[in-house]
Amino acid sequence: MFRRLIALALPLALALTACSSSGSDGGKTVTVFAAASLTETFTELGREFEKTHSGVEVRFNFGSSSTLAQQIVQGAPADVFASASPATMKTVTDASLAGAPSTFARNRLEIAVPVDGRGGVETLADLADPKVKVALCAEQVPCGAAAAKALGEAGLKVVPVTLEQDVKATLTKVTLGEVDAALVYRTDVIAAGGEVKGIAFPEAGKAINDYPITVLDGAPSPALAGEFTALVLSEQGRNVLTEAGFDAP
Amino acid sequence: MLALPAAAGLAFLVLPLAGLLVRVPWSTLPARLAEPQVLEALRLSLVTATAATAVCLFLGVPLAWVLARVEFRGRRVLRALITVPLVLPPVVGGVALLLVLGRNGLIGRHLDAWFGLTFPFTTTGVVLAQIFVALPFLVISVEGALRASDPRYEEAAATLGASRWTVFRRVTLPLIAPGVLAGGVLCWARALGEFGATITFAGNFPGRTQTMPLAVYLALETDPDAALVLSLVLLLVSLTVLAALRDRWLH
Repeated sequence: MFRRLIALALPLALALTACSSSGSDGGKTVTVFAAASLTETFTELGREFEKTHSGVEVRFNFGSSSTLAQQIVQGAPADVFASASPATMKTVTDASLAGAPSTFARNRLEIAVPVDGRGGVETLADLADPKVKVALCAEQVPCGAAAAKALGEAGLKVVPVTLEQDVKATLTKVTLGEVDAALVYRTDVIAAGGEVKGIAFPEAGKAINDYPITVLDGAPSPALAGEFTALVLSEQGRNVLTEAGFDAP
Repeated sequence: MLALPAAAGLAFLVLPLAGLLVRVPWSTLPARLAEPQVLEALRLSLVTATAATAVCLFLGVPLAWVLARVEFRGRRVLRALITVPLVLPPVVGGVALLLVLGRNGLIGRHLDAWFGLTFPFTTTGVVLAQIFVALPFLVISVEGALRASDPRYEEAAATLGASRWTVFRRVTLPLIAPGVLAGGVLCWARALGEFGATITFAGNFPGRTQTMPLAVYLALETDPDAALVLSLVLLLVSLTVLAALRDRWLH
């Protein structure tokens, strides 16, 4: 329980501190704004990066890609932006704050259900049952846009009980047992360990999210930002991402 | 000597609000205000904050009376406990509510099994989250008013044969009315602005649990102008209510 509590409180605390904490010790810090679904993989890559770059600290701000994009547009001092959709990345490139991004991973949706099988959800069609409590991401954020697309492809009308602000918050509603099902990324189901069960569905293939990454023009540490981005795009980065359930671009 | 920090303090409080006013998209304001989502969120905010304040008054005034007028062991501990939600981050409050009243919560589990009652993702859940964060404001205000009022009036009424309930209703309540009102206003304002506990415990769904602060937060993701309009509405509503009540009853 306590771990979940931390998992819930941590992104918020990070989001609050990220605005003020970066760039305090010159070129020795690289600040990465990354989609919530990248929390585990990027944390691991950050540790690798710190190992090979002694004295360098990688700071992360994980959150919904749309929130991060807005923070960057509003002038948050970030070096790297890795988002969960080209649309949110476009917010940043349209504002002429970054060059052309590279796609480094792809992700697909799965249905996350509680391990005890409560709610009896087995297929995507079950989500349309009004008795089933479903959590979705808000359509403003990438996982919500993907969910809307997948449900549209399946011709299903699902009325969720809540529209969460990022994919981790959506998943938490399942791990806490408050909903019977949620549409989240396959990587989030894997990252949750045994706490939820994932169900793949064919329509997910029509709503694949591309993950772009870019170095921001105003990066306080452009050299380190480039090296971190190179690590994400490297063989080593590819392995970490694949292991977590991401598809190769 | 004191004027400089005072001016800096004032500027710090007023400038962000001024910044908000400067950036509001005035030309599209009327059209944006008429959007159903805005009206829905506003209606929900007003209804839930008012309901939460009503419950807080019903529970909080007696609680304050117990704290101020009844001598018992552990009173100081109790008072400290009541102030915990004041300092607790609201998100943590929301998690705590989930762990107790959620579908798998200590009490929520039984409510669901026996009566089919669940609070998360309902408007009732929003009101519960607001009560949790706002009740301490009311209790503390009313308790302060009770401590400041002279208990001899109550004693006099009692010696003249009035029952405890009559004394409370006819003597105590009129004496502390301004304190109750001030506490009620604070409580309402806190409930209106509630965000963290609400989004954690009650989730976010338009018309059901999406109050103004949640709408502002989500609008900020894609449409900062809409967020500004919503913020402006929230600001005006709070100012209007506070000003009206102040002029009328508070001095």
